[in-house]
Amino acid sequence: MTTRARLAISRPTSGACGKTGSWRVFRPVIDREKCNSCGICAMFCPDGVISEDIQIDLDFCKGCGICANECPKKAISMEREEK
Amino acid sequence: MTEIPREEYILKCTSACAGCSDSLTLRYVLKAAGPETVLVVPACCTSVIQGIYPHTAMNIPVYNVAFAAAAACASGMSAAFQAAGKKANVIVYAGDGGTVDIGIQALSGAFERGTDFLYICYDNEAYGNTGMQRSGATPVGARTTTTPSGKIQVKKDLDGIVAAHNPPYMATACAAYPKDLFSKVQKALSIRGPKFIHVLAPCPPGWRFSSEKSVEMGKLAVRSGMWILYEREFGKVTINGPSKAAMIKPIPLEEYLEPQGRFKGISSEAVAMLRSQAERNAMRLKKEEEGIC
Repeated sequence: MTTRARLAISRPTSGACGKTGSWRVFRPVIDREKCNSCGICAMFCPDGVISEDIQIDLDFCKGCGICANECPKKAISMEREEK
Repeated sequence: MTEIPREEYILKCTSACAGCSDSLTLRYVLKAAGPETVLVVPACCTSVIQGIYPHTAMNIPVYNVAFAAAAACASGMSAAFQAAGKKANVIVYAGDGGTVDIGIQALSGAFERGTDFLYICYDNEAYGNTGMQRSGATPVGARTTTTPSGKIQVKKDLDGIVAAHNPPYMATACAAYPKDLFSKVQKALSIRGPKFIHVLAPCPPGWRFSSEKSVEMGKLAVRSGMWILYEREFGKVTINGPSKAAMIKPIPLEEYLEPQGRFKGISSEAVAMLRSQAERNAMRLKKEEEGIC
């Protein structure tokens, strides 16, 4: 343990940069009626917070809006977060 | 085309800016490389987004080194793995500053030695993590914090420099085409020797466009012919689909330049220089593909 501490090794941890969801100004909201689960939003999500069954992890979603912009069905809208 | 694995090798979540195409690129690079991978990262955005000591968001071994030493470090690492009889992918993941300007002699040295590794340069065309200073990869006319009225010099032809080393595999990719990037990384890792992939990574705060346009901007770069997707395998050039389409019918260059704040008020001479450079590159690659030169 002591040698590890001296070597300055970081260990993989979930939430290593905190809950980045707090950065969000706009929140992605999925319209399930329009969504056909193609997975393009999950493919382009830079942080990989959209799961296989198109559930967005709002603890970590930074609200960049790429998913809403790339959705071919326009099923995702960005709504302002209330304070 | 093989299925893209579901496993993520970056834990939620890095501290990259919202809409960062560096983390998008890294996601697909690691998906293609798999768990038997060591990442060598010089000073660049990737070295600051990993997390705060003693925690990291990277779920694979990452070695952070000094700016100029990435490729040299990877050379040693690759040799050590070989000596120990271990099979692991050594990947250098460096920004454009650490490749085009500061790391170029280490890169050249490693390619000359024939180190078995993959060098990935993700290019956001400036020193992003220190606040967008100009780099050798900044295109002409782009405003950065050190070129407030637009850069005068043209972008350094990094691919030309790497191609002069005759590597067994080199390619260009773009963060907006993750499937293409994935298959290129897989192909590169299946070949022995020094490999190189140059990835265009649009940077929302640096290029001054809103974060949701990050992927769109990458697509516009390819469609307007400003970025050409191609592979060079043992000297044979193949231009990939999206760029082939762009060579036949490109969209106007203005459609790529206008949404970006860094090209605001660009002079017509600079636009002409950008256009002629893109056309020259396209012409040269086309000729190389046909085997004329």
